[in-house]
Amino acid sequence: MVLLTRKAEFSAAHYYWNAAWSAEENARFFGKCANRNGHGHNYTLEVTVAGEVDPVTGFVVDLKELKDILEREVVSVYDHRHLNLEVPEFASRIPTTENIAVAIWDRLNGKVPSASLFRVRVYELPDLFADYYGEQA
Amino acid sequence: MTSSASNSQPQHPRAYLSRRYHLSASHRLHVDSFTAEQNRAAYGKCNNPHGHGHNYTIEVTLAGRIHPATGMVCDLAALDSFAQTNLLAVFDHMNLNTLAPFRERVPTTENLTVEIAHIFQSFPHAELTRVRVEETSNNSFEYALRQMPSPQRTTTKG
Repeated sequence: MVLLTRKAEFSAAHYYWNAAWSAEENARFFGKCANRNGHGHNYTLEVTVAGEVDPVTGFVVDLKELKDILEREVVSVYDHRHLNLEVPEFASRIPTTENIAVAIWDRLNGKVPSASLFRVRVYELPDLFADYYGEQA
Repeated sequence: MTSSASNSQPQHPRAYLSRRYHLSASHRLHVDSFTAEQNRAAYGKCNNPHGHGHNYTIEVTLAGRIHPATGMVCDLAALDSFAQTNLLAVFDHMNLNTLAPFRERVPTTENLTVEIAHIFQSFPHAELTRVRVEETSNNSFEYALRQMPSPQRTTTKG
């Protein structure tokens, strides 16, 4: 089995807000991230898939195909968007780095032919990232 | 892992959060029980009696269920504040050889990595999974406290 990682980038706006909390509670817990006008990041997405090397092509997965899947399922939906306002999964979930990793997993899982999704890593900043491996037993 | 995943997200998914911190410190690699010659043989230029320094990058990985109210594995501000007090205030711009953990132990990056792991084990809000320390961009060290997920050989093909 070989692991293969493909990177993609998207830039998006978001803010952190829990509607069940008062404005003061949101400001206290989320700090500057609670600014309702939003702020943005250049996100880096790393998707790792696991699979066997095809004896004919020498590929775990066709990289062009994986690139197109990432573009279609994630980048075209998230890039240059306001995550809270324009991406349906964040209408009810705060678009934290952790939740973005889970949401991207859900968007990609089952969509990559011939390989299994192993890890979704999302960098919000070079010094802050979240990993999601699905729900392992 | 199954292929019918679209709306199968569990209520509180388990995720891993990694945060990188930067500190600069000096050290000298030297063991008192070695002769001068043995020290030079083992440590080369790192045995320079005047010491030398590095810009270290410390990457800590914490695991936990994503809290539904915050969307987070743990409060990032609490983690940063813990790191400020227990990591940066202790090691940044210091000579490692003069600090308590390295009075009896040589301050190699292996030993520094284990020491930092012990420090972050007392962070109360998430489970420390791994500490990775880059001494230079060419050398990095990892200490794993818990097993990380590994790919399963008999996965369902998607």
